[in-house]
Amino acid sequence: MIQTEKLSKYFNDFVAVDNVELDVKSGQILALLGQNGAGKTTTIRMLTGLLRPTIGWARVNGYDVVKEATQVRASVGVLTEQHGLYLRMTAVEYLDFFGKVYQLGADTRKKRSDHLLEYFGLAEAANRRVGEYSKGMKQKLALARTLIHQPPALLLDEPTSAMDPESARLVRDEIANLRSSQRAIVICTHNLAEAETLADQIAIIYRGKIQIMGDLESLKEEVLGEREYEAVFSSPYNIGKLKIPSGVEIVASEANKFRFHSENAEEINPLLIKEFSKENAPLLTLAEVPRTLEEVYLKVMSKANGENIQ
Amino acid sequence: MKEKLKPVWLIAQRELKDQFRDWRILLPLIVLTLLFPPLMNIVAGEAVSFANQYGGDLIIDRLVPFSILIIGFFPVTVALVVALESFVGEKERGTIEPLLGTPFQDWQLYFGKLLVGIFFPLVASYLAIALYLFMVRQQDLSLPPANLMVQLLILTAAHAFLMVSGAIAISTQSTSVRAANLLASFIVMPVAILIQGESVLVFWGNENLLWLAIAGVLIMATLIVRVGISHFQREYLLGREIDSFNLKWMWKTFSGAFFGEARSLLKWYQVQVGATLRKIKTPLLILLMLTIFGSIASYYWTSQIIPSNLAEYSQEEIDGAMGDIQFAAGLPSDETEITFGFIFLHNIQAVLVMHFFGLLSFGILGELAFAINIGVLGALFALFDAFGMPVLPMFLAGILPHGIFEIPAIIFSGAGILYFGAVLVTPDPSRTMGEVFIHVLADWAKIGLGIIFPLLLLAALIEAYITPQILAQVIMP
Repeated sequence: MIQTEKLSKYFNDFVAVDNVELDVKSGQILALLGQNGAGKTTTIRMLTGLLRPTIGWARVNGYDVVKEATQVRASVGVLTEQHGLYLRMTAVEYLDFFGKVYQLGADTRKKRSDHLLEYFGLAEAANRRVGEYSKGMKQKLALARTLIHQPPALLLDEPTSAMDPESARLVRDEIANLRSSQRAIVICTHNLAEAETLADQIAIIYRGKIQIMGDLESLKEEVLGEREYEAVFSSPYNIGKLKIPSGVEIVASEANKFRFHSENAEEINPLLIKEFSKENAPLLTLAEVPRTLEEVYLKVMSKANGENIQ
Repeated sequence: MKEKLKPVWLIAQRELKDQFRDWRILLPLIVLTLLFPPLMNIVAGEAVSFANQYGGDLIIDRLVPFSILIIGFFPVTVALVVALESFVGEKERGTIEPLLGTPFQDWQLYFGKLLVGIFFPLVASYLAIALYLFMVRQQDLSLPPANLMVQLLILTAAHAFLMVSGAIAISTQSTSVRAANLLASFIVMPVAILIQGESVLVFWGNENLLWLAIAGVLIMATLIVRVGISHFQREYLLGREIDSFNLKWMWKTFSGAFFGEARSLLKWYQVQVGATLRKIKTPLLILLMLTIFGSIASYYWTSQIIPSNLAEYSQEEIDGAMGDIQFAAGLPSDETEITFGFIFLHNIQAVLVMHFFGLLSFGILGELAFAINIGVLGALFALFDAFGMPVLPMFLAGILPHGIFEIPAIIFSGAGILYFGAVLVTPDPSRTMGEVFIHVLADWAKIGLGIIFPLLLLAALIEAYITPQILAQVIMP
């Protein structure tokens, strides 16, 4: 649905996007993570046909972003970094205007607009001027605009910024629903928890270049290494007297806990628990050490930054 | 077509609604529409009373049409404000990206903005004119004849079209509303001069010239729209640097286009001047044809208007008429000492004036200046003929020796100007309007310094030192 190859954009000597290769299929969500100015918005703008790639190509919904820009723009819903609302219009007028832009019939426009306003909790304020809306309300209306024509591809730049936690949750739920309706979605976000919750694929971009891309688990494995497990005891315990099964590699130990890698956790960890039980070890918990996207992100960034300094 | 125009109307409709809700636009429009007609009426009334004391019937007759011209123009000025911020204003407010992200085509976006820029102020203008006419009728003053009235109404619309088209072109190429407002003087000043000229025509009462002025304004506005659409690029509207004033970049772009990779004069001529010549070959051909047919046409036309009984005129009358012609054509008077320096500078001045007018009008006025030069050539032969001088020997002895260099120089100038106009109205998605402009200037510089300048130098040398001697041999053997 959204494909790019060697997608690059130069502004004179400045490389804004460098050889980006994406493949987002219907029903998938890709999260683009990166600092401000990393090239996320430029990538989105190229995918919308607003910027011409300097090198490479991109296709959205089967259309080339340069040669078939009009068709591309008809097939995407774009939530821009700035909400870009016309403040003197009411929400109803605003959605109706964009419904007309996408050539929807009067009945469809009304039905979809009513539904979206209701869904995002804007129904009561539907006939108020948008200029009177709070930041969060404006963001929700902008999101409603991107959905009015039910596009097969969605490009969302910071979809939950400026929203209260309740609204942000609502938007995240809606994005998840959209995935299940076979849409290809690209989200640019600084919110790592959001990316972790929603994304099927995560790409971390630094100075226009994708540093790493994949699903969350593969990113963790690639960046943070093998999974680690931790056994915690209720009181100090000397693990020296335990007969540790082969395939377990202890990486750290303290008085009442220790961490280890397990070659085959499904088989080895139950054996280890059996051993604890046999030796009456005061085992409190044995669990995988939680690893977050934040750790992955920081490590990737730190590496990219270091390489860049070198 | 109807389907294609729908988006235009949709954009215009939305903006019109927006404007109806914006007191900053409504208030000046209402004031200009309602306040100026009574004010103008009072002023006109006073002027009529004053003129009546001295029997100035003609002034009284022309005062009402002149007032209509002015009353119609004031609300149109609001169009400038609206149009100047049409694109760049949306950019500043952050609303441009969703709009550019719609499946509308560039021309649909452009015409939507153009329509809304013209529509509202033009309606206000016509309302103001209607109000003024009503007041004129109440005062028992006579209304202008229907033909003149139609001209004034079209002229008001043409002013709106011209100003809005210019303002929107500026708006698409500006980085901020502030920058666009600063650039507005490039519209206000020429239009102010235009209104003065049109006022003269209204007082003069020359209907045909007024029609020509209307046609000129409409052609100019259409060309500006064409240029605006050609260089309308979504990318540059969103870009971070749109034609920022960067001398280093400007020089780099210019020198890159002017010198290229050439490291010697010969190489520069071969590669750079050669490339520019290839670019202007079609304009050159057109101008060559125009020179041939224009001078012949001018010869026949002048022959027809020269009185057949020229021989009966006194020498004083003929000298006076020749003096007028020389003055009108910008030729030196008989008292002027014709030297090499004078001829060379005069020709350079003529070429620069052509280019300057061409620069201001997408080539149109430059080509007009070219046509005058060519016209003078034909007219000169007609005059030789009328005075019983042998045309062919005069041409061979008096024109050809230096003309063989001077005429091609003028043709190259004209071709350069035509090329400039053509490039500006041709879309080039790979370059900004600023880049296009600098590249054309570099082409001009290449033709100017590489071809026109040396040709005019040679022509002036021959005209100053050789032609007079040959001519003396032919006339007084």
